[in-house]
Amino acid sequence: MIRFVKGNEAVVIGALYAGCDAFFGYPITPASEISHAASEWFPAVGRVFLQAESETAAINMVYGAAAAGKKAMTASSSPGVSLMQEALSYMAGAELPGVVVNIQRAGPGLGNIFPEQADYNQSVKGGGHGNYHCFVLAPGNVQEMCDLTALAFELAFQYRNPAILLSDAVLGQMMETLHLPTSSPTPPDVRSWAVQGTPGTRSNLITSIYLNAPTLEERNRTLQKKYAEAQKEARAETDRTDDAEVILAAYGISSRIARSAVDRLRQHGVRAGLFRPLTLFPFPQKALLHATSQRPLAVIELSNGQFYEDLRLQIGPNAGPVTLINRMGGMLFSVEEVVERVLSFLKKRAGNAK
Amino acid sequence: MKRLKTVGFYPSFDRSGEPTLDTHYCPGCGHGILHKLITEALVERGIQDRTIIVNPIGCAVFGYYYWDAGNIGAAHGRAQAVATALTRLLPHAIVLCYQGDGDLGAIGFNCTLQAAARGERFATFFVNNASYGMTGGQMAPTTLLGQVTSTTPHGRSAENDGYPLHICEILNQLQAPVYIERCSLADTPRIMKARRAIHKALDLQIEDKGYAFVEFLSPCPTNWATDAVGANQFILETLEKEFPLGCLRDRSSDAHPRPLPPSRPSLNEYFGTSEASDNILSDPNAPEVRFKFAGFGGQGILSLGMVAAEAGRLAGRNTTWFPFYGPEQRGGAAACSVVISGRPIGSPVVDHPDILVCMNRYSYDRFADSVAPGGLILCDTLETINVPPPHQVRRVDVPATELAGQSGAVKAANTVMLAALAWLRVAGLSSAGFLTALESSFKRKPALIPLNRRIFETALEWCKTHLAPPISSPA
Ligand code: SF4
Repeated sequence: MIRFVKGNEAVVIGALYAGCDAFFGYPITPASEISHAASEWFPAVGRVFLQAESETAAINMVYGAAAAGKKAMTASSSPGVSLMQEALSYMAGAELPGVVVNIQRAGPGLGNIFPEQADYNQSVKGGGHGNYHCFVLAPGNVQEMCDLTALAFELAFQYRNPAILLSDAVLGQMMETLHLPTSSPTPPDVRSWAVQGTPGTRSNLITSIYLNAPTLEERNRTLQKKYAEAQKEARAETDRTDDAEVILAAYGISSRIARSAVDRLRQHGVRAGLFRPLTLFPFPQKALLHATSQRPLAVIELSNGQFYEDLRLQIGPNAGPVTLINRMGGMLFSVEEVVERVLSFLKKRAGNAK
Repeated sequence: MKRLKTVGFYPSFDRSGEPTLDTHYCPGCGHGILHKLITEALVERGIQDRTIIVNPIGCAVFGYYYWDAGNIGAAHGRAQAVATALTRLLPHAIVLCYQGDGDLGAIGFNCTLQAAARGERFATFFVNNASYGMTGGQMAPTTLLGQVTSTTPHGRSAENDGYPLHICEILNQLQAPVYIERCSLADTPRIMKARRAIHKALDLQIEDKGYAFVEFLSPCPTNWATDAVGANQFILETLEKEFPLGCLRDRSSDAHPRPLPPSRPSLNEYFGTSEASDNILSDPNAPEVRFKFAGFGGQGILSLGMVAAEAGRLAGRNTTWFPFYGPEQRGGAAACSVVISGRPIGSPVVDHPDILVCMNRYSYDRFADSVAPGGLILCDTLETINVPPPHQVRRVDVPATELAGQSGAVKAANTVMLAALAWLRVAGLSSAGFLTALESSFKRKPALIPLNRRIFETALEWCKTHLAPPISSPA
């Protein structure tokens, strides 16, 4: 089945086919269509939809549902997701699976409702208090808004850890062709840990409090081990990087503009290629090193270099020249602007080399 | 010393680290009494297996050391949100929230109020000891005027700290709660009354009747700087004056269990599995054509863009549609970008359209100069534009509003514009394709299809007699 839908609607379809039992939301532009679609489709197929009284309540409802071993999600945009950070820390601490969708808008503060990617650090570094990470998936088109939502549930339950779909206002608002999933996964067996009001789960306990410091340290080490293990879930896509003389690195909406820029640069005779991570945590470090291998790297992002700094960290000391091409505040770059800035980066390098 | 075993507690409290038979509560604390009453009731009703207790933050954070039932710890103030999800997703479960005054009445009061207003099907046991226990005896929302706490060292002052909250009375303003009662744990007769209230609240859950709320005035000798006897005295002589005991509401005879959910379609039944148009052969060589549609809100600009995109999809192209959204919408302007291409589409945002469709003068003034060289501007002639088009850009004027008006549907001016795009063979798309896309956009309002088809055809006729024949190039 094919549908022409908004990215925000594709998220809901992905969630339903992933077996999501409940959606708890609080409206905010530009994520509201997720709540709109969920309020219609979840009850229509016998799932739970509830508009919470706040983002804080919504994510704690996700916590409650996850504690019962159910698949639950919420969706919001940047300021709303900031409000959810406390509960995400609790979920990571109690090892609860759940999915949060962030249709990023521009900040800081109230900012505006136009696209930005400035919640990168908040998403990939933990966001709330304590030593934890969420899975962070970065869709680049409407199909991936659906498919990566489903993947988010899969990873969340496999590792018992919250997962974030880190998207942006353009991907949420735009419409594109979606191939609907055709089947749903079998529900995971959660009886060993979930609290379901059944004899078999009566002795289970969901909590994140460990007053005993050595026990809590042990617990933290276990979590870090889990994140290290999850490294194998890292995914990335490369496009024309093999013969490239310059690599553009971007995710989300920036990666679409970057792809058009790669086309345009090749028309100019510059062999450009694209590196696009699909998971931001775990980060696809190997794929990045393979794609760049000391070649000039232009990082394209709608934030103040958060992604750029992380890429430099991932590449390490053997990096080739790296530059940041960014916009902020809800401004998008045009393809022409990216092309120009890549060309001037290459020119400056050539100048330096002389 | 011989110990009395409490039914419903674990035989020993292993979760506290070293197995013990002592609770972690101070001597004379009300929590111990209340825990015992609740667990005994669970056993008496035979519902331990079905029960999930949402534990709070505060002195009772470790309730799960003791009560032998399903246990979940919630973040500070969020027990009612957690319980909401549990009761919605596990209709067979008996869900209980156990919360103190800071947790329920301060940081979590909105969650409490909203869960009560929704009439969530769980029981709340609210421990009011007029102070924050575990954190060190600070002011709670229920602290009395003049009461000394570690953050009101000179006593709570109305001027600085406001007045104590009467939670039961506030909840009693709501429609949904079924049962609201305030009890006290200060002496044996009162404890027996509290026991009855607990049973009642649990029975309502067993019968699936709705939101039950029981408050307990509970001794905290530690933070009241007194002993067990003094604490009970404080409740009897002072707290009960501020917070009168009694049942504020019992609507249990009018309350009903939730109905059985109706049977629902499967996802594939609901969304469908395939359509004839799913299997279109793609056309990877088609060039990329970028559109912008602009006008006033209410002119059907966004749907015009969607129909154009759908026509592209039906021709086997990749298509994207992106609206200009936000506060501007409310000011009346509407615009969207559409890209139709044989290849995967990069940016869906169109800065320099090949084709600009303007439904008003404002849009023309705003976007005409952004049109790419060799591009086309299609205008509704309703508002005369007597300036020449930008260099290397062709302009075509169509009396869209007028033609639509003549057919009796001014609102269908967008259909006229669509017909003009079809006549001009933009992006190499056929007019049959545009018409199919138009008709499928009215899937939900099939009554409008004949009218729009007629307008589309009339508009095509008009184009035939008034416009130059279409150029063969895509734009
Ligand atoms: S501080 Fe007060 S409420 Fe907490 S355990 Fe001690 S007496 Fe009970």
